[in-house]
Amino acid sequence: MNNNIVIAGIGQTAVGEHWKTSLRELAHYALEDAIKDAGGLRPQALFVANMLAPNLSKQSHLGALIADFSGFVGIEAVTVEAAGASGGAALRQGYLAVLSGMVDVALVVGVEKFTDVVDAGTETALATTLDSDFEAVQGVTPTSQAALLMRRYMHEFNVPADGLAGFPVTAHANGAGNPNAMFRRAIKAETYARAGMVSEPLNMFDAAPNADGAAAVILTRADLLPPNFPHPLVRISGSASASDLLALHDRPDPLTFPAARRSVETALEKAGLTREQIDFFEYHDAFSIYAALSLEAAGFAERGRGWELARDGVIALNGKLPCATMGGLKARGNPGGATGVYQAVEAAAQLRGGGGANQVAGARYAMIQSLGGPAATAVTHVLERVEIGE
Amino acid sequence: MEIPRHWRLRKQRYGLVGEVCPHCEAKIFPPRDVCPDCGKEAKTKFSFSGQGEVYSYTTIYNAPSGFEANVPYTVALVKLEEGPLVTAQLTDVAEEEVEIGMPVEMVTRRLHQDGDERGLLVYGYKFRPIGFAAH
Amino acid sequence: MTPKNETLLIPSRPVGIIGYGAYVPRYRLPATEVARIWKGGKGGLPIKEKSVPGLDEDVVTMSIEAARNALARAQIDASDLRAVWVGSESHPYAVKPTSTIVAEAIGAVPSTQAADWEFACKAGTEALVAAMGLVGSEMAEYALAIGMDTAQGRPGDALEYTAGAGGAAYIIGPAEESLAVIEAAYSYVTDTPDFWRRAGAKYPEHGSRFTGEPAYFEHITQAAKALMEASGTTPADYQWAVFHQPNTKFPTRVAKMLGFSKEQIEPGLLVPLIGNTYAGAAIIGLTATLDIARPGDRILVTSFGSGAGSDAFSIRVTDAISERSGRAPKTQEYIARRTEIDYATYVRMRGKITLK
Repeated sequence: MNNNIVIAGIGQTAVGEHWKTSLRELAHYALEDAIKDAGGLRPQALFVANMLAPNLSKQSHLGALIADFSGFVGIEAVTVEAAGASGGAALRQGYLAVLSGMVDVALVVGVEKFTDVVDAGTETALATTLDSDFEAVQGVTPTSQAALLMRRYMHEFNVPADGLAGFPVTAHANGAGNPNAMFRRAIKAETYARAGMVSEPLNMFDAAPNADGAAAVILTRADLLPPNFPHPLVRISGSASASDLLALHDRPDPLTFPAARRSVETALEKAGLTREQIDFFEYHDAFSIYAALSLEAAGFAERGRGWELARDGVIALNGKLPCATMGGLKARGNPGGATGVYQAVEAAAQLRGGGGANQVAGARYAMIQSLGGPAATAVTHVLERVEIGE
Repeated sequence: MEIPRHWRLRKQRYGLVGEVCPHCEAKIFPPRDVCPDCGKEAKTKFSFSGQGEVYSYTTIYNAPSGFEANVPYTVALVKLEEGPLVTAQLTDVAEEEVEIGMPVEMVTRRLHQDGDERGLLVYGYKFRPIGFAAH
Repeated sequence: MTPKNETLLIPSRPVGIIGYGAYVPRYRLPATEVARIWKGGKGGLPIKEKSVPGLDEDVVTMSIEAARNALARAQIDASDLRAVWVGSESHPYAVKPTSTIVAEAIGAVPSTQAADWEFACKAGTEALVAAMGLVGSEMAEYALAIGMDTAQGRPGDALEYTAGAGGAAYIIGPAEESLAVIEAAYSYVTDTPDFWRRAGAKYPEHGSRFTGEPAYFEHITQAAKALMEASGTTPADYQWAVFHQPNTKFPTRVAKMLGFSKEQIEPGLLVPLIGNTYAGAAIIGLTATLDIARPGDRILVTSFGSGAGSDAFSIRVTDAISERSGRAPKTQEYIARRTEIDYATYVRMRGKITLK
């Protein structure tokens, strides 16, 4: 099997409140950039990652809509939905399509448009990603679920009140160097300690802001590219997806993310790497507690000790395992189903040496992970810089 | 209007009726017809006692539609004495300080209404600090 | 009991209370709060405080809890109930039974009667008499009758001080299984419009002082006297008495008129602490009385419902009371479970703030 599937082009819009821009326009801007970046490669298949458009924009059937609006009428085009993991899941579908040999060039675009509604509709839409019959009916939301996990985690592992501060502090520090980030100001640990509560013990810095955005990648086989291709290549060397019990209450141990663990192990195995070789990790920090649990699931920390990596600076840009290098979901912003594609764009940029102020020095291997809810879906990819002549 | 899906679940909702596995005795809630412990078919009805303790809890200030009139409200993961965890609101917690491990008991309360004041009233289980259910 | 008078309601098969259960929500609005807002803090107060239901409570949820308490005391299977009847003036639906939801929640469906009763404050005892008939005729072994209300008074109205929330559930069954035998009942009804709520209206209207003499006192005294006369009893034959209690003054005065002492009505006089629970008022007073009653005690209960009528009952407690009363929370325990709220919180909880 051809294992030289590469990210040939990347594109993204800034993340934020795009009042004047529609869902289709956001997607178009990102994919236009990605195609241009890929030297004008035309896709034969479009995979759209999206979580909430049927709810928030009253728009489903995004495959046809975006292919149409972007001038690709006629190509294969579908939507991939796995809640917050939609981006990672669509990336994997694009990867599998090219890997299968049935598609030479796949376009993966993640797009989320939160600001089409401005009321309780957002919480209502987000709650549809839970078990509707046994979770959402109780008025529970994804944010409150994260708070439930965070409370229990802090209780079981004796985490101090500001123990998770390191996650948003790192994210905001990195967001400052990302021109596309929603928040571009560093924050101090004291700011975290004073922050208003969203759902105790989860404060406003523990939750990534839902925002609009679109990101796109062009995937193809390296051997299909012209020899004078304009920029370094990034290969997808490992890809894996796993699922877990959807409802939090059905899980034997809610404080572990087994789907995340499984997808990491499989992705590393496919890539022929160990986790120690990973140079940086784009985790899914929709909530600080998810970052901690993801680090533990990936094997970077023992159970109950993921938060220490943030406290001790291990995840900082100059640390042993930089995370959220472009601000993560917390500072770059959380454009729902598009986040997994943003992670791919940001990691590819880093591996190409295009990380700008946030460049992870000498980065060769990146791991990116997209989570749906509390890792009911987990999609992990390992990306690798391809050396010239390799 | 969401009449059918609420109607379908009325037994589970009103009275915490789940299942017991005839093979390994595991108690199952919400019912799923397949035992999560041994993987075999489990369709025998089982009424839970409604006794449990708080596994974790938090407060919701930004509610989804249908719940706005009740903010702020407390939601919890409750560990039932028969084993399963269940997601539910805590009610009647005006003065008690909720804490992990606090014993609670099931009561049937109004969860929300389907749509506006013309819509169906949806009733279901919640939990409150222990001490007042029939003993 | 003397030979049967033809106006007395005595079933051919003797019946009694197999189990009973009360419910009172935990919130309390002191009457001083109503006076503070509407009377500048001046004026007399008809009660100390009233119970207020939480945001997620209504006649359905309160009836379910009272019914579960009654089942716990009766120790019968809910599927053995042939009737689930709920009397109230505050059913959450105008059309759609409260009783089917209660029956489903306690596990009494599907082989059961289910209906909602309406007769202002005596809807609960009306259901009780019907349950006596169903069991007494041997059509059924067990029937559940509930009186429960979350009564509303217009803001600033005299009723706002007292319109409380609570009630009780009774399982009626054969006398030999009962914790209290219902020896006889008597109903006294006339068309006396002292209080009403028109269809679609949110708050009731009342006849002010007219609700006293021609309505409350007339009906209760007539019903209680007729029952005692026909059954050959006098107040001295009863250890306890419970009267409908819209405020503290009325039941106290009617007891005196009939020749009952303060001590006789004391255990069942709950209105000062929970307010007027309407269809629940007389029968929750009975639960509190049963909670402290001893085998052999006789209790007179007389309800009153505007519009108007009274049901009177002569009840004799059996040996089974000692074992069963402790199987569910006592009414005074519910009353002691108390969270005081202010008028603003009350207004929010009772849906008096319009959100649109």
